Amino acid sequence: MIEIKDLHKSYKVGKNALHVLKGINFNIEEGELVAIMGSSGSGKSTLLNIIGMLDVADKGSYTLDGVPIKDLDETKAAKYRNKFLGFIFQSFNLINYKTALENVALPLYYQKVPRKERNEKAMKYLKDVGIDDWATHLPSELSGGQKQRVAIARAMAAESKVLLADEPTGALDSTTSYEVMQLIQEINDSGKTILVVTHENDIANMCKRIVLLKDGVIIEDKKINQVWASDHV
Amino acid sequence: MFNRDSWQEIFDTISKNKLRTFLSGFTVALGIFIFVILFGFGNGLKNSFKEFFVDDATNIFRLFPGRTNMPHNGFKSGRYIEFDNDDLAAIQKNFAFQIQYITPRITRNYTVKYKNKSNNYGLRAVAPGHQEAEKTILMKGRFINHQDVKNKTKYVVIGRLVEDDLFEGEDALGKYVNIGKRSFKVVGVFQDDGGDNEERFVYTAYTTNQLIEKNTDKVGQIIVAFKPIIGYAGAMEFEEELMAFMKKRHDINPKDESAIYLRNVADDLEQNQQFGSLLQIVVTFVGIGTLIAGIIGISNIMVYVVKERTKELGIRKAIGATPRSVIAMILQESIFITTAAGYIGLFGGIFLLSSLDNTLDDYFIKNPYIDMGTAIFATILLIIFGGIAGYVPARRAARIKPIVALRDE
Repeated sequence: MIEIKDLHKSYKVGKNALHVLKGINFNIEEGELVAIMGSSGSGKSTLLNIIGMLDVADKGSYTLDGVPIKDLDETKAAKYRNKFLGFIFQSFNLINYKTALENVALPLYYQKVPRKERNEKAMKYLKDVGIDDWATHLPSELSGGQKQRVAIARAMAAESKVLLADEPTGALDSTTSYEVMQLIQEINDSGKTILVVTHENDIANMCKRIVLLKDGVIIEDKKINQVWASDHV
Repeated sequence: MFNRDSWQEIFDTISKNKLRTFLSGFTVALGIFIFVILFGFGNGLKNSFKEFFVDDATNIFRLFPGRTNMPHNGFKSGRYIEFDNDDLAAIQKNFAFQIQYITPRITRNYTVKYKNKSNNYGLRAVAPGHQEAEKTILMKGRFINHQDVKNKTKYVVIGRLVEDDLFEGEDALGKYVNIGKRSFKVVGVFQDDGGDNEERFVYTAYTTNQLIEKNTDKVGQIIVAFKPIIGYAGAMEFEEELMAFMKKRHDINPKDESAIYLRNVADDLEQNQQFGSLLQIVVTFVGIGTLIAGIIGISNIMVYVVKERTKELGIRKAIGATPRSVIAMILQESIFITTAAGYIGLFGGIFLLSSLDNTLDDYFIKNPYIDMGTAIFATILLIIFGGIAGYVPARRAARIKPIVALRDE
């Protein structure tokens, strides 16, 4: 599903170049649930941003579902993002004046799905994440866990190939974190490929594979026995 | 871009961000409103000015007799021309179609006396039409009428200041004043917007004056008012025909320019209008200033709006909005708001102007108005600049990488 070869990325900080990614190589198969771990400054967020087409690599190749991702202008990137990727952010990033339902329906608006069909689909995904009762509420009326569920429903609504989660439980307490991870595991079980960036071990252990980054290179890449979040709830 | 769905999205955004909508709308509405009001007041000032300085009727010619400078038909050069009653009758008869009224004006200076008070005043011996030509306003009594002309009555109509000077608060109507050696009855008191000097005249019938002056038939100058319906071109033609007619009557060489002077009030107007156009420039300057202030206002609001929405735009981009759709959304929204608000301000201003009407006369603002073309032009200008003001920050926002927009503060 994702093939990355010899990926380099550096940022200019004043006159010096900060070499953040120093040759990353890895592949992700369809249906995997991968945790990308590392301390802060290890380059894990940069890697996720490049995979998410929010940022561009300096060197190396990146192929997503057989499509080489290169020479991206903003318009092309936006279209690819809409088609291939769903995002889940630490701070949820819901649009605060739109209801839960409207937030979930928004990616479909950019896919030019008609309004009625859009709302039906959005409702279905809200049901899947278990908060269809809150469909008409604004984000400010929802708890953190509920907001993240809305965000997950939104990521799924686009029917993308890959879900990218950047510290999805970073702003949540542990009970709520496990509930969200349980949901992510369920979505993964239904066949979706999911990448989770985290620095928490217990969250990483709920994935099927852990990629450990340090100073811009992968120092460890192992498959693990998945811990079921439902055991903790 | 302009499908129903995107409009629905816009209306949704507008109705859910009431403060933002109100702020940007209010700026535009206020800008246009103030522009309309100021421009209207400026026009009101111009109207007052016109009334002050352009107090006479504008459809009149004044004919002054002069002296020939060319020999003609056996007459030698240097002959003095005089108008008489026959000229009046002949003009009236020949140009019946064009003429609204005709009046002679004989001007003399007399000492006017009432009881033990006396002063020097100009006496104008005229026909009834003179009231309209000078726009004389009767305060009480009446003006010289046709009976006075026919019967050569010893009646006078005196100016407001003449009454003030001589009668000292007493009602002049019906009293007798001495003019020269004769006694005249006051039948009317008038005022005139032309200023104090105009209110220090005394009017009597021209025939009365002719009788006093040894029954002469000379009339001094002649004032001819044409029917406004004949228009500017008609008036010019009439002017030429009248001159030719008078020159022929008095045996003047058609090329002689000094024998008869004809003053067309329309030409006088031009001088006054120069001051009027200065006022116009001031009004325009104020208007442009207001518009620039409005444009700066809407630009600031748009910068603020886009800044406030940076995160939202980042989210939209992360889930698939193209830069184009982001710009289109902001533009569509800002143009919609400025258009709607612009027209609210426009009609609010026009409504206020028309309801003010003449209530501000005391402040020299008479009948303020703005012509629709100027008002709509200003509104459209503000809408265009509102669009540009929205476009610049929107384009920048659309270029920001979603990752930057989404970064937590």
